[in-house]
Order: sequence, then C-alpha cells, then structure tokens
Amino acid sequence: MLTNYDRIGETARWETLPNGLPVCIVPKKGFQRKYALFATRYGGMDMKFQLDGKWLDTPAGIAHYLEHKMFDTAEGNALQELAKNGAEPNAFTSNAITCYYFSSTEQFYENLKILLSFVSVPYFTDQSVQKEQGIIGQEIGMIEDNPEWQCYKQLMQGLYHHSPARTPIAGSVESIREITAQTLYDCHKAFYTPANMCLVVVGDVDGDEVLRLAEEILPKTSGPLIPRDYGTEEPLTPCQKETRSRMEVSMPTFMAGFKCPPQHGGEAQMRSTALGELAIDVLVGESSPLYARLYSQGLINGSFGSSYDILPGAAYVYLGGDSNDPHAVVRAVLDEAQRLVREGLDQAYYLRLRNANFGTALKALNSFENIAVSMAEGKFLDYDPYRFPEVYDSITAGDVLDFIRENLVEERCAVSIIDPISGETKE
Amino acid sequence: MYQHRKEIMQNVFLTYLPASKFKTSVLSAHLVTPLQKETAAANALLPAVLRRGTMRCPDMESLSAALDTLYGAQIDYTVRKKGERQCVGFVASVIDDAFAPAGEKLLEPVADLLGELFLDPVTRNGRFLAEYVESEKQNLIDAIRAIRNDKQDWADVRLMQEMCAGEPYGVLRLGDEESAARINNHKLFNHYQQLLATSRMELFYCGSARQERVQGALCRAFAALPRGVVAEGEPIRRVAAPQEPRYLTEEMDVTQGKLSMGWRCDTDDIPAMIMANLIFGGTSNAKLFLNVREKLSLCYYASSSYARSKGIMTVSSGIETGNFQQAHDEILHQLELVKQGQWEEWELQGALATMCSSLTSLSDSQGALENYYLGQTATGAEDTPEDLMAALRQVTPERIQKAAQSCRLDTVFFLKGKEETVC
Repeated sequence: MLTNYDRIGETARWETLPNGLPVCIVPKKGFQRKYALFATRYGGMDMKFQLDGKWLDTPAGIAHYLEHKMFDTAEGNALQELAKNGAEPNAFTSNAITCYYFSSTEQFYENLKILLSFVSVPYFTDQSVQKEQGIIGQEIGMIEDNPEWQCYKQLMQGLYHHSPARTPIAGSVESIREITAQTLYDCHKAFYTPANMCLVVVGDVDGDEVLRLAEEILPKTSGPLIPRDYGTEEPLTPCQKETRSRMEVSMPTFMAGFKCPPQHGGEAQMRSTALGELAIDVLVGESSPLYARLYSQGLINGSFGSSYDILPGAAYVYLGGDSNDPHAVVRAVLDEAQRLVREGLDQAYYLRLRNANFGTALKALNSFENIAVSMAEGKFLDYDPYRFPEVYDSITAGDVLDFIRENLVEERCAVSIIDPISGETKE
Repeated sequence: MYQHRKEIMQNVFLTYLPASKFKTSVLSAHLVTPLQKETAAANALLPAVLRRGTMRCPDMESLSAALDTLYGAQIDYTVRKKGERQCVGFVASVIDDAFAPAGEKLLEPVADLLGELFLDPVTRNGRFLAEYVESEKQNLIDAIRAIRNDKQDWADVRLMQEMCAGEPYGVLRLGDEESAARINNHKLFNHYQQLLATSRMELFYCGSARQERVQGALCRAFAALPRGVVAEGEPIRRVAAPQEPRYLTEEMDVTQGKLSMGWRCDTDDIPAMIMANLIFGGTSNAKLFLNVREKLSLCYYASSSYARSKGIMTVSSGIETGNFQQAHDEILHQLELVKQGQWEEWELQGALATMCSSLTSLSDSQGALENYYLGQTATGAEDTPEDLMAALRQVTPERIQKAAQSCRLDTVFFLKGKEETVC
C-alpha cells in the first residue's frame, strides 16, 4: 500500500509478506545512499517470556549479547562481508528493540541479502559465545566509566521499584557469564521470527526487488507472537527519591525523572510522545523563560537537556546536565510547573513552540536512520509516524497544561546525582 | 578554487551547493584564524558570547522566540580545529521554504540573524554585557575541564598535547583553562574587533534557493563587516618523530584503560597514506578491529585515524589495564604488516569501497558537506570528494606500503585504571 504525505513531502509503501513480515519502503529520489534496517521487537527489557509453553528467565544483557553474536555465520562474519562491499554495517539494542542496519552506495541488493540472511540464520558455538565475553566485558567497562550513563542508570533505579527498566541493557560482567549458546538459540527462536520483526528500506531503490529478495531469503512461515512479562504495573511514585555516587568528573552532573503513566501503543502513544515533548519544552526547553533564567544564573549550561521517554510498561520525563546545584534546578522546575498550572499558558508562546517542534520533527526526516527506526517502532506499536503534522494540530495548550499538572510534580520525581571524587558535596 | 566557491566581498567566500532533496537549508558563517595558544581560548569564547544576544534580540529568550517563529530554526555556535586553523562562527538550519505552512520566506530572516550575531551584538558602553562574558567564560572553563569526563577524549587530547607540544597542532580546540581565566570584557571586545577585521570569512549554503538569492541575502546581512589586512597564519608544518618514542602514563579511577598512540607520517603521497590508515585501523574490517578486538578479544574498540593536513596518524583503544603491553605490541605488529605489504586483496578492496561509499554519501548530508568544505577551505586543500575518490582508485599496493613505512611512532599515552587493592 502506497501512502503520500503531502504536508511533509514524503511517501511510504507498506507490504506484509506471506510469512507475516511487515516491510516498509521509503523512496528517496536524488540520494546516493541506500539504507536498510532489519528490526526485531526484542530489547534489553525482554528478559522474561514464554517459549513453547514454558516461562523463561534469561540473564540481564542477553538481547545485546545476541546482537553481537548474530554477525557470526557458518562461513565467517557478516560484518566483514558487508564491509568488503563498502557498506557501513552496525547494530544496536535498546530497551525495546534490536536493529541491524547498513547503508551503502554500491551493491545494495547484494548487501541486503547478507543482512536478511545473517539476522535470520543463527550460528553460535560455545567457543564463540565464550570469546565474546571479553569484548562485551570491555564494552561494559567502557560504558560504566561514562558519567552520563551512570547517572541514567541510577535514575532508573531510583524511579522504578521492580520494572526491568532498572536493568542496564548490556547487563553486567557477572550476568553475561550465564549466557550460553543454547540460551541464545532460545531467544532467537522466540523473537527473531517474521511476525515479530520489521524490515525498512530507505533510498532510491526498487521496492519490488526488495520484497522479492526478502521473500526468497527469509523463512516461509513465522512463529507465534509470544507473551512477555515486565512485572506488575508500578505505582507512579519513585522507589528512591535520590540516588547519588562519585566518579572522575570535573563538576556534578545530574538527572531528574518524573514518572508518567505507561502507554499502550496506537496513535494515542504517538500523541503522548508529541505532547510530552511539547510540555517539557514549554516548561524548560531552550526557549522557555525558565531555561533563560537558570542559564543566566549559572545553574545550568549548554549540557542541559530534557525529554520524554516511553518504554514497555513505563514512561518518564527527564531533564538534567552539569550543574553545581542540582537541587536548585529541580526546585525551580517544580515551582515553574506550579506557576504555569496556576497562571495558564500564553497562547502566542504556545503556538510558537508548537511550530518549532513541528520544524524539528520535519528536520529529522533528513536522516535515513531516524526514518527507519521510527517506521519500525511505529509498526511495532501500531501508529504511523508520518502523521505527526496532524498529531501536532490536535494538541492544545490545555492538553499541555494537563500533562504538566499531572506529571511534573514532586511526588513523581526522583533525582540522580554524580559528584566529583574530590571536592565538597553540596547538600 | 572550487567551482562553487566565490569571493562575494573582500575576503568573504561563499560556497554554494544547490540541493532540493532535503527538508532544510543549511547556512553557516565562520571566521578562519590561525590556531595559537595565546588566542585559542578568546576565539572559542567569542561565538558563545555573541550567541547570547544582538541589539534586536538582546537575550536568549528573544533570540529563541525569533528562531521558534521561523519553525524551529537553529543557530548553533561552533568552534572547530581544522589543521592548524581555528574556525569560529555559527551554523544555521531552517526548514526549506517549500514546507513553510504559510508559504513564508525563511532564508532571508535567518541570514539577517546570522549577520546580526556577528556584527550587532548587544553592547553597553562599547563593551559586551559583563554578565554574558562572565557566564560564558565560566562555561568555557567548565567545558575545558569536562574533557576529562570522557576518558577516550581525554587520552586523545593528552596524546596530542604531549606529541605536538610547542606546535600549533598541540593547542586544544577550546584553548586552555589558564588563558580562559585571564580573559576580561575589555580584552575580549578588542579581540572581537580585531578578529572580525583580520580574518577570512567562509560562508556556506546548501539548499533549494538560487545562488543570486543566497548571495543577495548574505551580502546584505554582512554589509557592515569591517575588512582589514587578513592574517592567514603560517602554513602547516610536518615535524619528525623523536629518535625514541615517548611513553606517558596517567592514572584515574576508571574501569577501563585507554591507550592512545601517535605516529608521524613523513610522506607527500596523501592518497596512499589514507589507504594505509584504512587498512590498518580505519574501518570495521581493518586489521586492528579484526585482530586486536575480534581475534584476541583485547578491547571493545581499536581504530586509527589519519590527519592528512598535519601528517599524523593516531590509534585509540579501550583496554583492560593489565593488557597494556599485549595490546601495544599487537597494534605495532599490525602496522608492521601494513609496512610489509601483508594484506589480502579483499582488505584493500574493502577499504577502498568503504572510503568511496562515505565520500559518495557526503552529498546526502548537509551537515557533512558543511564540515567537509569548511575543512578544505580552512586548510587550503582544494580537492572535491570526487577528486579524492579518483586519486584513491589510482593508488597501488607499493605506494601504500611506502607510505606506511614513512610512519614513525612518536608518542604513546596510557590512561590506566587504579590497580585494585587486595584486602
């Protein structure tokens, strides 16, 4: 099915293969690069699931470990096969999805075949699984030295009581030791099945040829969509109001999170994303009066940022950056939220920000990566990401105030701070 | 000079790249100035102070409002090190006129804002606003200190400082903390006036507007730019490696050690050296990745890069502290293999294909084009991505080997984690 989106000058073609795999082709005339992304709805949070009628508890970090090992093939390594053709291949694992992708200017269909084949055909040996522990152990060591990552991990552990959102995507050096070739095969069987996946191709390509290759290479049938368990729904109050530790940083860095009700897919989720982003921009985005005030008081600097994030069974607003007085920043945000709720929103200010957010969403369409990932996420969660102009139209200043009134309150808030190893801690 | 680069005012050059496939237009303006220890921090501070406000939009709120009205146009200040030049200025991006819901023209107001940021800053008694200077000075000092937060950045920066001590190339992009601390409003304002008058200006546009319209908008926006004698600075110098490589170690409380190594490449055959670097460690198919990571599991990453304007190749790798010697030896061994011409045909072809693909893809990203052409114009290089691709295709294995043989290890910097204490 071909859909034209006149307001953003885009076209998308969606088809479903006989095996149940959704395929999306986004034509981009005039571009040299062609980009393919093969995604599965399986991420770091999917640790507990039912396979062949049995519940499995798998080690933290297994989705990411599997991502690393998928590149191994009986013949060698798919990463190298793709690189030989001049493609730039890579992969990432998020909380909810795992994606394999490449971009290339030459031999696109050859590269697409390699991508489809290595992701759908697992090949692990105990020896190769063992060997990867060294590499991933180093990767974990590297991210554990990253202050922003530590700050985020602490925040999630402060916000959530038992949700798998607490668990780092890569797991820990200890948890990955439990992973064997057999557990990897189980996870592949459970989640790397056509109905649970999505293929997106962006660029000046022959869509029919993409569909033909996918049908030829991928399995003819799909396994079932299996039940997963993220635990019982959490209360909207945080587990721990404040988490704090010390690292080799030059000044304190912090993140504050505000728990929001979980989302359940559909256009409602897409609207919630746009609304949450807009609300946080109204409150403390770069053009807000509060941002200007905090910046000129030296309480925040260019590292400050804020966003709204939705995970399986969890959603939260977060903001943070480097600051010598994180508590003063959080206090100011809470006060400003109360003021907005009390005094209402200036309509001109609101419309200006809505236009700006529309412009930002439009700009994101320059990036093939962004397009492909949002198409796959939209398919998994049952919404159409290209309908963002209509979604923005539907949001009012009243909606934004409601979001702030409900979510940006002290009871929902947790703060995570990383202090320098040397120096005073400001209480 | 490039076909698409044109002097539109005295020592003001516009690189114009027409493209209608993007959702946005990108417009940038930079002053190109010699990279020097004495002025680097002041140069870096300047665009941050200018970005705080103009006479028409005197504070962040009014500037943001002006940009939001243009559908979320963005103007970011940038400070870039290109060879031994420092480039300071602004990059603007705005949605293409074709997508403006009410059919507004967006190019001209963005060009005007760019011009105002350079030429019409908010002032009081012939100086910048003291509070802007003080707060941006603090931000600059914080940013310089924060380099050590990212341990690989820190190791790479320390390598460059030590290896190129006394050369302009060893100066940090943002300058150093001591120089930053010494800047005051008076000095900065004088520096601003001098920099404006004596620096070449490079303008860049990529988008759907016609050249005459872009040039017209920019000429109007920058009409008041003072023009004096332009100081271009010394040509970049290649320096020889010492007889024996220098080894430096620092300790931090980190889980993973960072190893940075630097070589001097004494060759004029730049295309061959680019290929040598790619085969050695420039791609995910290179010898470093395949051997140091995949075969020996010594690291999560190990890659090399080649700064052709300066003739330096560096390797960055994150390793376990205890594996220093093994990783160090293996990296040297892999370079030795390149020097001996020991690679398979697919290594060469893969490296070439990867490089050509990324050069071809440049035209698909306005940001990448902007950065590429600023690098070229700042360092006086004149090849287009197409020229470079053609030159790379001509490179023979013998030339690659010879280029690799010109590399001499200069400095090794190791950031090691604290040894665990046994209780």
